[in-house]
Amino acid sequence: MNQSMDNEIDSIFQKHQRNQREALIPILQDIQEQYGYISEEAVQKVGLFLAIPTSKIYGVATFYDQFHFQPKGKFHITVCRGTTCHLEESDNLLEEVSKYLKISQSEVSRDGMFSLETTTCMGACGRAPVISVNGNYYEQMTIDTFKELIESFKQRAL
Amino acid sequence: MIFTIEVNNKQIKAKTGETILSALRRNGIDVPTLCYLPELDATGACRICVVEVEGKPQLVTSCSQPVEEWMKIFTHSPRVIQARKTLIELLLANHPDDCLYCPCNGRCELQHLAGELNVRERRFPNKKSPARLDQTCSALVWDPAKCILCGRCVRSCDEIIGVSILDLIRRGEKISIGTTFEKPLNLSNCITCGQCIQACPTAALREKEAFAGVQEILHKPSIFPVVQYSPVISVSLAEEFGIKPGKDLQGILNSVLRKIGFKKVFDITFAADVLVLELADTLLKRIALGEKLPLISSCCPGWVKYAEQYLPGNLDLLAPLKSPQQIMGKLIKRYYADMQGITPEDIVVTSVMPCTAKKFEAQREEMSLQGTAEVDTVITTRELAKLIRLNGIDINQLDEEMTDSPFASRSTAGKLFGVSGGIVEALIRTLHFRLTMKEIANPKITKIRGFKEKKEVYINIEGKEYGFAAVSTVKALPSLLDEIQSGKKNIQFIEVMACPGGCINGGGQPIQGNGETSQLRAKAIYDIDDKESIKASHKNPAVFDLYQKLLQEPGSPMSSALFTAVFNKRTVLL
Ligand code: SF4
Ligand code: SF4
Ligand code: FES
Ligand code: FES
Repeated sequence: MNQSMDNEIDSIFQKHQRNQREALIPILQDIQEQYGYISEEAVQKVGLFLAIPTSKIYGVATFYDQFHFQPKGKFHITVCRGTTCHLEESDNLLEEVSKYLKISQSEVSRDGMFSLETTTCMGACGRAPVISVNGNYYEQMTIDTFKELIESFKQRAL
Repeated sequence: MIFTIEVNNKQIKAKTGETILSALRRNGIDVPTLCYLPELDATGACRICVVEVEGKPQLVTSCSQPVEEWMKIFTHSPRVIQARKTLIELLLANHPDDCLYCPCNGRCELQHLAGELNVRERRFPNKKSPARLDQTCSALVWDPAKCILCGRCVRSCDEIIGVSILDLIRRGEKISIGTTFEKPLNLSNCITCGQCIQACPTAALREKEAFAGVQEILHKPSIFPVVQYSPVISVSLAEEFGIKPGKDLQGILNSVLRKIGFKKVFDITFAADVLVLELADTLLKRIALGEKLPLISSCCPGWVKYAEQYLPGNLDLLAPLKSPQQIMGKLIKRYYADMQGITPEDIVVTSVMPCTAKKFEAQREEMSLQGTAEVDTVITTRELAKLIRLNGIDINQLDEEMTDSPFASRSTAGKLFGVSGGIVEALIRTLHFRLTMKEIANPKITKIRGFKEKKEVYINIEGKEYGFAAVSTVKALPSLLDEIQSGKKNIQFIEVMACPGGCINGGGQPIQGNGETSQLRAKAIYDIDDKESIKASHKNPAVFDLYQKLLQEPGSPMSSALFTAVFNKRTVLL
């Protein structure tokens, strides 16, 4: 862990009390907010601060889909699973997407290029199913338009 | 308060505050359990223990529900049996059907329950777990495909041992047991104590078996196979053969090992005696030179790994001496081999231990000299039983035999190494002699006996007080160390054993469901101490002989050359 990361996590701790287990989730959220993911070093530091074994932190954190333990991919893809998107078969889309990218939810592809997660309604139900990539929305997705999109990202990355 | 309840239309007595399960079991009514562990609070996670309570719409988990006076209970009504059966069938849906090839075939709780509940076909389609076998650790194997998520391992590691390396991770379909960041075991903070193996109802957690390899070398003409066994094997092996716990099989153990094909049989208790002399010397020197105290025992490899992970700043407190297992191995390969004119490389030393961590210890880098391991293979008590069965030997038909010279005698002090507090007791007997040249009047130090996590005893020798502590499991250690280091307690020596109650409850011992078995194992050791006459390590004639011929005196350059151990900080996620 580099010095600045160390200090930043320390300043997150300042908002909380030492050894207070209830602070675990808020602290993890803050760390994720800051870095986009929760690193091994961060978990170790949180463990020391709250006097919780790291296994318990990892157990709690993996219970929720919101936490990531690897840095996000260069292209972070979010598939909406809100009600409307669900009716428009976003589950199928998700399955195809994860097959195509060879990663499942909360994972990052080996080359670090893509990562995948799901979310609840993104507020664009009119044009379901919706996905977002690095915050940009792509609407009325089919697996074919999705594949095109991915290929264009790959081109861009070259 | 004691009251009457009705179970299966019969009256039984129950006590206020106890669970339904405890009332049932006390009255000889058997209800199956899976997630429940007798020493710990129930979680009610698996629901296999459900019973029907009249007036309650839902079945209740007997392991976690308190019994109440008005209750009318049915433990085996059709509804209950159906519910249990469905639960087992659901567990089997995710289970590989490979009992015939499974190391725990015959002792598996899942297999047993499937039989008991008359499961005869697969009702739910099999979704095989894609999870991979973890064989990275030298002591344990983790086979997630066999895990039924009962959580017993997690709770043993948390609540019994106090290391907490495991947890349930994720949820729903992807739930599993795992370490932090799902590190393989060898890169985790697991101390390889094997208590999770004791807890596991299936073969999901098990020792890395080595007995098949032992069987092979026994029949290679170029090899000189030697076996050495821990002080506690003789008082626990009987259980594997259906004999009542607590029977000492020492003489039989020697003959069975020879029958299997070992050329020489040694008792590691001898090496424990040697270690006591060295420990006493180290302690007295540290006291005399005003060096850092307390001295802490380093015989338990689980504890040593714990210290290397959690207490890197205190590693200089650990006695820089090898454990009896490694001392014995070293003496065989360096001294015995020489004496007999055998090339050390031709000798293969097999250790029989109650412990999985000893497998890890034998493979620590510093435990081999010029590429020759001191101990080549370690098998557990359970594996020895398998080896005996593999060879078709009936232990009831054997005559008692002795161990081999030149290590053929032992003291009962060395034998005490098997129980928590035993190292302290052995050490006190020898210290007393070193300081006064007289034997201690009452060698029985009862204050340091028993199953408590932390015990202390203060002994006055010639006007000076010496303090000793014994902790088993690592839970009590940090606070004790604090108290000593802050000057609140005058303790010069701490014995640490990672397993509850000491090696008699090691992770490699016969799987046992209750605390009574351990009591009986301990009693067997104390009985030996009562009965026999050589009660102190320094009175072991073979040890005396070894010092005359080889070591000269405790702490001599020869002793250090042979027995020095080194410990190093380990960086793992804690
Ligand atoms: S071997 Fe001991 S330390 Fe390792 S997981 Fe099992 S109980 Fe925990
Ligand atoms: S590994 Fe064994 S003890 Fe642990 S949860 Fe799985 S089945 Fe239960
Ligand atoms: S449900 Fe997908 S955007 Fe609303
Ligand atoms: S044994 Fe009672 S719920 Fe598991």
